[in-house]
Amino acid sequence: MNRMRAQGWLFFGSLVVAFLLQMMPLPQVLLPLKPYWVGLVLIYWAIELPERVGLGFAFLFGLAGDVLTGELLGEQALRLVVLAFIVLRFRARLRFFPMWQQALAVLALLLNDRVVTLMVRGFSGEATPSTAFWIAPLSGMLMWPFVFLLLDDLRLRLRGSE
Amino acid sequence: MRTDNATLFAEGTVSTLRLIVYLALAVALMVLDHRGSYLELLRRTGSAVVEPIYRLAAFPADVARATRTAVVTQDQLAGENRQLREALLLAQARLNRLDTVVAQNARLKALLDAQKNLGLSVQFSRLVDVDLDPFRHRIVLDTGANQGVEVGQPVIDASGVMGQIVEVLPNTAVAMLITDPTHAIPVVVERSGVRTIAYGSGAIDRLELPNVPISADVKVGDRLLTSGLGGRFPAGFPVGEIRSISNDASGMFAAAVARPAAALDRSGEVLLLHDQAQPYGPPPTPPEEVGPPADLAGPAAGDDPAAAGRQSPPTAREAGVGGADDGTRDPSRHPSSPPAQNPAAATPSPTPETTE
Repeated sequence: MNRMRAQGWLFFGSLVVAFLLQMMPLPQVLLPLKPYWVGLVLIYWAIELPERVGLGFAFLFGLAGDVLTGELLGEQALRLVVLAFIVLRFRARLRFFPMWQQALAVLALLLNDRVVTLMVRGFSGEATPSTAFWIAPLSGMLMWPFVFLLLDDLRLRLRGSE
Repeated sequence: MRTDNATLFAEGTVSTLRLIVYLALAVALMVLDHRGSYLELLRRTGSAVVEPIYRLAAFPADVARATRTAVVTQDQLAGENRQLREALLLAQARLNRLDTVVAQNARLKALLDAQKNLGLSVQFSRLVDVDLDPFRHRIVLDTGANQGVEVGQPVIDASGVMGQIVEVLPNTAVAMLITDPTHAIPVVVERSGVRTIAYGSGAIDRLELPNVPISADVKVGDRLLTSGLGGRFPAGFPVGEIRSISNDASGMFAAAVARPAAALDRSGEVLLLHDQAQPYGPPPTPPEEVGPPADLAGPAAGDDPAAAGRQSPPTAREAGVGGADDGTRDPSRHPSSPPAQNPAAATPSPTPETTE
């Protein structure tokens, strides 16, 4: 029971931290480099806890993100649903990829996410963002091993403490 | 680690049907929100949760800044102090000169019995250092509806116009910067009086003026001021400085690039303007009983309707944020559209602020 609670704390805590990181200010030059933390953390949990992170969860999570930072209700929900769907579909393979391959898969996922974002914004009549828009998936890929190892380590520790 | 081989080949819990349902749901939400702006409503309703999260997200940056201030060396402090003193001296000198101009202005206006110049009524506000989206130029301020902030208020800093309030929560406000790709601000070239519109470019140090007439007198280095057209931004605030001019693709217009005057990426404190913009151009016809003497009223009365008619229609389009399709998302624009506002602003009585 205690262990479950600790796991739950880690789960929701990581999601909240992802939002905070997402909103964290950075110097102007670094801003385009900011990875899509929310997406990274969701990818991790979709790989590790698929019984908890379904499409519905991704949808609600995205809605929360929209309320926090969004411009159009449903935009992030759509992005995260697409993200979660692809991850869950290829979960069995993603799980056993070596780290570099996993990182490449994350890059593909994040690039796809950018395309989805661009489509949504295009339809809602927003201006096309500059080319720096496409840098974030790369930094997301670079951050993926750290996110993965950190969360994995925390999970194992929580389990070990029991 | 839980092993589930069920998902190795079978679809398991993720069926395409559910994907489609959720996608449709998301799209429906977006369409509804695009029409009705429910997101702002939702955010305002949930502001008890949203606002603390903004503050929490800004907390590390605040701590970092506080630390930097705390450990800054005396040398740096002395240098900064000297700089500030010089700046203050300069500002004082300028203010002194301005005082005489203001006095002169007041005299002339009294002479013309024109509408009263609104005193500059400002509200101090601090940035909450969160980044909502790097590709949308928004800033979050720590004052909101409870402090009297309203949608549409211009935001300025010491050196120029920063943007305008687009969303208000109880203790937080979100402002759109003038560099946002969906923002446009009517400007006038200080030296020659050429009027045009400066659009945001999406880059924090760049404004675009895509349709300057080729024959217009615009040079590199010219300062741009708000023109006051459109009724959103009061006239006379610095907007930027022309950096380069080139011909646009069609060859019909010159396309200029300007650098914003305000420190858009550095300002920590901003001012919110409270007064409404003054109508541009000559004052509209005053009511008969408060009008100037008959010999002065004659030419002015003949001139005004034409001028007002010439200038109002374009300003309605120029004023707001965003392109035409953005219209439904910014309810703020409508209350301040100039045709509705000019008559109200033109009469001297409803302006509580006093003249300088």
